[in-house]
Amino acid sequence: MPVDELMKEAELHEVRDRIRLFELDRREFLRLCGGGLLVCMSAVAGAQESGRNFGGHALPQEVSAWIHIDADGKVTVFTGKVEIGQNIRTSLAQSVAEELRAPFASIAMTMGDTDLVPWDMGTFGSRTTPTMGPQLRTMAMTARQMLVEAAAQRWKADPASLIAEDGRVTNPATSESLGYGEITRGEKLVAKVSGDPTLTPATEWKIAGTAMPKVNGREFVTGKHTYPSDVVRPGMVFGKVLRAAGYNATLISVDTSGAEKMPGVQVVRDGDFVGVVADDVWTAEQALGKIDAKWNVPAQISNAELFAALKKGAGDDGQTEIGAALASAEVKLEKTYTVAYIAHAPLEPRAAVAEWTDGKLTVWTGTQRPFGVKDELARAFRLGAGQVRVMMPDMGSGYGGKHTGECAVEAARLAKAAGKPVKLVWTREEEFTWAYFRPAGVMEIRSGVQRDGTLVAWEHHNYNSGPSAIGTPYKVATKVERYHEWREAPLAQGSYRGLAATANHFARETHMDELAHELGMDPLEFRLKNLDDARLRAVFEAAAERFGWGKEKSTAQRGFGVAGGTEKGGYTAACAEVEIDAGKKVRIRRVVQAWESGAVVNPDGLRNQIMGAMVQAIGGALFEQVQFAHGKVTNPHFAEYRVPRFRDTPEIEVVLIDRTDLPSAGAGETGIVALAPAVGNAIFAATGVRLRDMPMAVGAGNREQAVAGSE
Amino acid sequence: MADLKLHVNGAEMQTQAAEDEPLLWVLRNRLGLTGTKYGCGEGQCGACTVLLDGKATRSCLTPASAAVDAKITTIEGLEQQGRLTAVQQAFLEEGAMQCGYCTSGMVMAATALLREHAHPSEEQVMEAMNGNMCRCGTYPRIAAAIRRAAWGTVEKKGAAYARG
Ligand code: FES
Ligand code: FES
Repeated sequence: MPVDELMKEAELHEVRDRIRLFELDRREFLRLCGGGLLVCMSAVAGAQESGRNFGGHALPQEVSAWIHIDADGKVTVFTGKVEIGQNIRTSLAQSVAEELRAPFASIAMTMGDTDLVPWDMGTFGSRTTPTMGPQLRTMAMTARQMLVEAAAQRWKADPASLIAEDGRVTNPATSESLGYGEITRGEKLVAKVSGDPTLTPATEWKIAGTAMPKVNGREFVTGKHTYPSDVVRPGMVFGKVLRAAGYNATLISVDTSGAEKMPGVQVVRDGDFVGVVADDVWTAEQALGKIDAKWNVPAQISNAELFAALKKGAGDDGQTEIGAALASAEVKLEKTYTVAYIAHAPLEPRAAVAEWTDGKLTVWTGTQRPFGVKDELARAFRLGAGQVRVMMPDMGSGYGGKHTGECAVEAARLAKAAGKPVKLVWTREEEFTWAYFRPAGVMEIRSGVQRDGTLVAWEHHNYNSGPSAIGTPYKVATKVERYHEWREAPLAQGSYRGLAATANHFARETHMDELAHELGMDPLEFRLKNLDDARLRAVFEAAAERFGWGKEKSTAQRGFGVAGGTEKGGYTAACAEVEIDAGKKVRIRRVVQAWESGAVVNPDGLRNQIMGAMVQAIGGALFEQVQFAHGKVTNPHFAEYRVPRFRDTPEIEVVLIDRTDLPSAGAGETGIVALAPAVGNAIFAATGVRLRDMPMAVGAGNREQAVAGSE
Repeated sequence: MADLKLHVNGAEMQTQAAEDEPLLWVLRNRLGLTGTKYGCGEGQCGACTVLLDGKATRSCLTPASAAVDAKITTIEGLEQQGRLTAVQQAFLEEGAMQCGYCTSGMVMAATALLREHAHPSEEQVMEAMNGNMCRCGTYPRIAAAIRRAAWGTVEKKGAAYARG
């Protein structure tokens, strides 16, 4: 993804100001690293965006900012990327172990601690594997070269004759051998490296490329892992924040006397911000309930009026821009598709523990952008960069939903008033209401195709949901693809796993299916006829082969559908089988999805990600939908906002294509895009009913079973 | 605030809690047992699942005062002298987690299920587990872990199981 597109996505996170310059304080860094030696040297530039001046942040080019080897040979790796279930704590450590030629077990990752790690824009956009991976590999490779050279000096040997392996440098001629820790002890190594990094090709990987189990898996099955909401500080108290009666509301009056009378309760008031602090969360909840507030909530649209307002607001005039090309086509089709607002609903809601010590603020919080949250805190409390530290313990996920720092700011505000560390954990209802959402969108597609199946004209407009993956991968002579912003969106909109790629793929791959049926062609054959991209063809073919595409015909009870696409360096295609019962209930029976994103760093972690994305996709495809009216979400509970559960999960098969000849791309997002259109196409194949709105099931948003509706 | 005596993971534990305070808050905030998670507070997600006398129970909906006579087992109480239970071991071997936030509740629900049905049918697995949510979508691996714990080569006898 180009840098400006990344910045565009960063802007989507409701971050209002530009990020401030952050300079790594070297002395502080050294102190925090403790004993042992730093391997200091310049490194080659350009392995990632870091080489550039990114939003005012020139990232450190010294190996020491990224990798530290202590006297025992223990390796600490520093990165601003964070672990949220996508398994990069493991996969990045594999990459470092590989290039450093060190045992996997000797690598520990320090992630997302703004005092310790180099500045990072955030963990989103599937950027960790393609950018942080090579960055850390370059640093590790450089460190390894230094270690070899230092050993060569000590032994008066030719560096080229030495072998770095398993955390040791060995001289095969003399059998002399030194551990990495023994080499760095007592010496400070400074050197410059020039030229392009020659990283170990994936074909020769021994540690990377293997199914290494999750590094700290045991912590999770024993309940020992400390999530942000589990952090405890000495003297810590619990906070709650009063929420407005609706979006854009203003506070008319508030009576806090009832709460103030409760023993041990402190009420905090700062403009429209009202909160309480108590020794335990139960008392804080009771106290909050005793606050009587009157709000003025302005009139706002409800989800019933959403799409009409959206089309109008985003300037959908229904006019075509490819009239001539369409006129020459033998078959024409014009259809509209929609996607609803949906919630991330990470199982761990937003949580923060804030602590003020001597004017310095430390916050432990769950976020995908620790440095972004740090900036928000610095702004909110007018602090210098050196006065705020954000730490991000591996959290209960985010899916693009935890880029902002509102919970951290609230906890810090309460802690400032309380004079004690404060823990604030949002309730599920707060998370459903006061987080941001995946934007709703309308997609208009007009197309023209010849009777022989050749696509000749294509026009795809996306209103509000976003531009990602709006470009068709299919060959077409005349095309227009355009994203239209809507500035008056009624809900806070932000990033999401796959973001607009889900909406644009749903529209495009459904439309392609419609065209195939108009032509009487097999949907897979029609796609392949119009597709040159070899990588995309390969995933379509792999999924179809494993699925047994075309072996059976769809019936009224069983339908088969296919869909695929590419985004952010990932290529995917899915074949789905659905079952329709007499009551028109839909059940997804089986999905085979093929995936290719270059060289595979950890096949087990990758399968887990793709499978997880497929399961999550079921929700958006069939039943997830944020409902709202009068500035309020009306289904802010899991009882009303239905997410995929065990019973919704089909038989899933992931077919991985490992392209060791290609650089590794990220895989956290694009695995989500193919399922919805594949399922919709399968429903059509069985029922003849074409569903163009996500979620596709009638009764969406409540606990009703998914039912294929009629047009 | 009233004195509260609970029997947790084989030990008597004393604390003070408000009347009606959910067991989840008492475990997490008063007894330091943060392995049991909050996901919804409404009985919808299963992240807070603990065992009361061996039965899977939503600690967010159970007042602590209602648990005084029960033997409570939390995720922290499964491991014995460094030995994981068959269920914990199976979750590790199947890689049945992503962010892991649902894992405590999943392991507890699966533990209760396998105590009741040593070799559960597919329907029994669904029945027991459907109330436990994994937003990361790890269900197929969790189901596989349960099968492995029930039928696999993993040792699953004696002290390795949680005591009720
Ligand atoms: S926290 Fe108890 S069921 Fe969700
Ligand atoms: S692993 Fe993240 S919620 Fe289950």
